Amino acid sequence: MIEEGLKNELAKQGVVVTTIQELYNWGRSNSVWPLSFGLACCAIEMMAASMAKWDIARFGSEVFRPSPRQADLMIVAGTVTKKMAPQVVRLYNQMPEPKYIIAMGACAISGGPFKQGYNVLKGIDRLLPVDIHIPGCPPRPEALLHALITLQKKIESQVLTGPNRPRHLDAAAPSEFPVPEFGEHDIVPAMNPQLWKPRLVVR
Amino acid sequence: MESLEQIKIRLEAAIPGAQLEILSNDSPSAERSLLLDNAHAFAVAQFLRDDSLLRLDYCSNVTGVDWPDSEISLKVKVKKIVEGVEKEVEEVTKTVRPGFLEAVYHLYSMAMKNGPLILRLRTGNRVDRVQMPSLTPLWRSCEFQEREVYDLFGVVFDGHPDLRRILMWDEFKDYPMRKDYREPDDYEYEPTPHDEVLEKARRHQAAEVTP
Repeated sequence: MIEEGLKNELAKQGVVVTTIQELYNWGRSNSVWPLSFGLACCAIEMMAASMAKWDIARFGSEVFRPSPRQADLMIVAGTVTKKMAPQVVRLYNQMPEPKYIIAMGACAISGGPFKQGYNVLKGIDRLLPVDIHIPGCPPRPEALLHALITLQKKIESQVLTGPNRPRHLDAAAPSEFPVPEFGEHDIVPAMNPQLWKPRLVVR
Repeated sequence: MESLEQIKIRLEAAIPGAQLEILSNDSPSAERSLLLDNAHAFAVAQFLRDDSLLRLDYCSNVTGVDWPDSEISLKVKVKKIVEGVEKEVEEVTKTVRPGFLEAVYHLYSMAMKNGPLILRLRTGNRVDRVQMPSLTPLWRSCEFQEREVYDLFGVVFDGHPDLRRILMWDEFKDYPMRKDYREPDDYEYEPTPHDEVLEKARRHQAAEVTP
């Protein structure tokens, strides 16, 4: 591993030094292909972000794949109803590692304006591991681009070996998560206790 | 369009035995409606659709209302002898009205450019006598809306061609729009609760601490 200061100094002299890890992460972070699926009005902003004015292609994510087998990123763009939740989890399970999730908008984070309803999942992080949350109702395309850049930084900073290595290099880490079933009153289970550990707020 | 009273008179003449009632409305719109009995509702609706003066060919909206058991208190002034002196005393009589489910239909006429005429149908109670005739054979637009009323209120429409849940999943057992529905307790994390939500979050925590 080369020191950051020495590397910068060499770069100034026209010598490019890198490591396999950097090359690997640079490649991965600049070709994050999202799954083309939307759930509600946030999807309109996601589409706007992919069109000419905001142009998500500048960050290497213009290839929206219609098949989860070819996608790296799931943008949960919109309200996840309890009727839709099993399908969202199933889509995520079908994506190959490495895979990431952006929870886009208030609904995907917490249920948003529909939080007190009987039919809306109160945030997709009850069922799936979310990497980036973007607030907003809906978030502007700039916010989605910011989330994507944040995700790229996260990928670039990943260390490929050791105990903190990313999930796709860790054979023991789970790649699939249980798909909830339709119950008589709610989806069963309503959340994944391994993932969803709410902070206790004492009142 | 004719007045509701005129329509009622014509309906009673055309369909013998039909029990019709004009319901008033206290809200600012004061839109009155026609309450039908379930036995003759289909015939009445068919008359309204096919009558040459009305031609109510379009059903724009079907909705449900849940009326739980309610206590109606009537104040009656009664003359009574209190301590030897005759006085007017207000007596409150309380009667319990058993609950029922209601479906409301809004009818318009595209041909005659008038409407709406509002129909109401009621079930016997909220538990086991929840049937009422479906008007889908008369107006195709009722199909999905009656399914929605079935899904959310639990009204069973006899004669509906495809009565299934439409919004919730098939395995779901509750009727979420009924007044006595209780949603699943998923109040683990409420960072900024207030009012009702605060109460629910507190109840959830109390149940968590003492399981």
